[in-house]
Amino acid sequence: MASTTMEPEADAAAHHHPALQHQFDSLEQQKESSTLGMWLFLVTEIMFFGGLFTAYVVYRRTFQGVFAAASHHLDVTLGAINTAVLIFSSLTVALAIWSAQMNRRKGIVFFLVLTILLGGVFLGIKTVEYSHKFHDNLVPGPNFHFDGPSPEKAEIFFSLYFIMTGLHALHMIIGMGVLAALIRPAWKGRYDASYYNPLECTGLYWHFVDIVWIFLFPLLYLLGAHAR
Amino acid sequence: MAEHVTSRKLYFAIFAALMVLTAATVAVAKIDLGALNDVVAMAIAVAKALLVLLFFMHVRYSTRLTALTAMGGFLWLAILIFLTMTDYLTRGVLLDDVPGK
Repeated sequence: MASTTMEPEADAAAHHHPALQHQFDSLEQQKESSTLGMWLFLVTEIMFFGGLFTAYVVYRRTFQGVFAAASHHLDVTLGAINTAVLIFSSLTVALAIWSAQMNRRKGIVFFLVLTILLGGVFLGIKTVEYSHKFHDNLVPGPNFHFDGPSPEKAEIFFSLYFIMTGLHALHMIIGMGVLAALIRPAWKGRYDASYYNPLECTGLYWHFVDIVWIFLFPLLYLLGAHAR
Repeated sequence: MAEHVTSRKLYFAIFAALMVLTAATVAVAKIDLGALNDVVAMAIAVAKALLVLLFFMHVRYSTRLTALTAMGGFLWLAILIFLTMTDYLTRGVLLDDVPGK
């Protein structure tokens, strides 16, 4: 993110903070700008997932009973553990930003690594769940098999399950990649109380992914749990 | 705008609240409340999302422009779902023999 201005009139700005880019008046303005830009991106993400949530709501209403029956094949315990893991990772990424605000260089690195590890735990548990679904022939496709009155409707539930959780997992993988890319500059002391925009924006992304899961968990796993 | 630093204590409190709400949503899901099950599950999910938005994502301390942008995203999602459901929920209400019903 560091910029080197070459224009002669930038001489006066040469003593500015190294992370301050020439188009901004101050670090504050720069942070405002990057936060707003990140939020605009997140708005497109809300609509991206929103289409799938809408599809879910429509099919859920149409095939209520079958969706509840299909939902029984998801593991509530693993889903709940993953919810806790993801919330914990939201805390750790918030603490990475807090460390930057407190000028604790090693704290930033520690919490970034911890967040990535928690993301790994989440994806690991997800892998176990996915492999169970493959083993039980609950993956939509030619091998799909569902013991129930309307297997083709249950197949729609599992299509939504795989697309929504798969897209969510893809976001986690991307988020872990971005977090990993921040470790080196953080270690070099690039972020402190005066400048930590990349941490803030990545944090926003990670929390957003957490929010998506906060809705996916009850909609997919808990649906009809009382009828178990 | 002065930089707001959220204390570690508050972060831990929000984390604890999110964990309690997660346990609550799992517990409530096992009780048969009829149609209320969905309402309670969604109310808890919205409460959790608000905690994450306001405190973890610092929307509470951000500028009005940023807060408005964030709200705009969810407002448009609400419009998407609401207008879609005005179609699906009213099929057959006006005409008894709608094709495909």
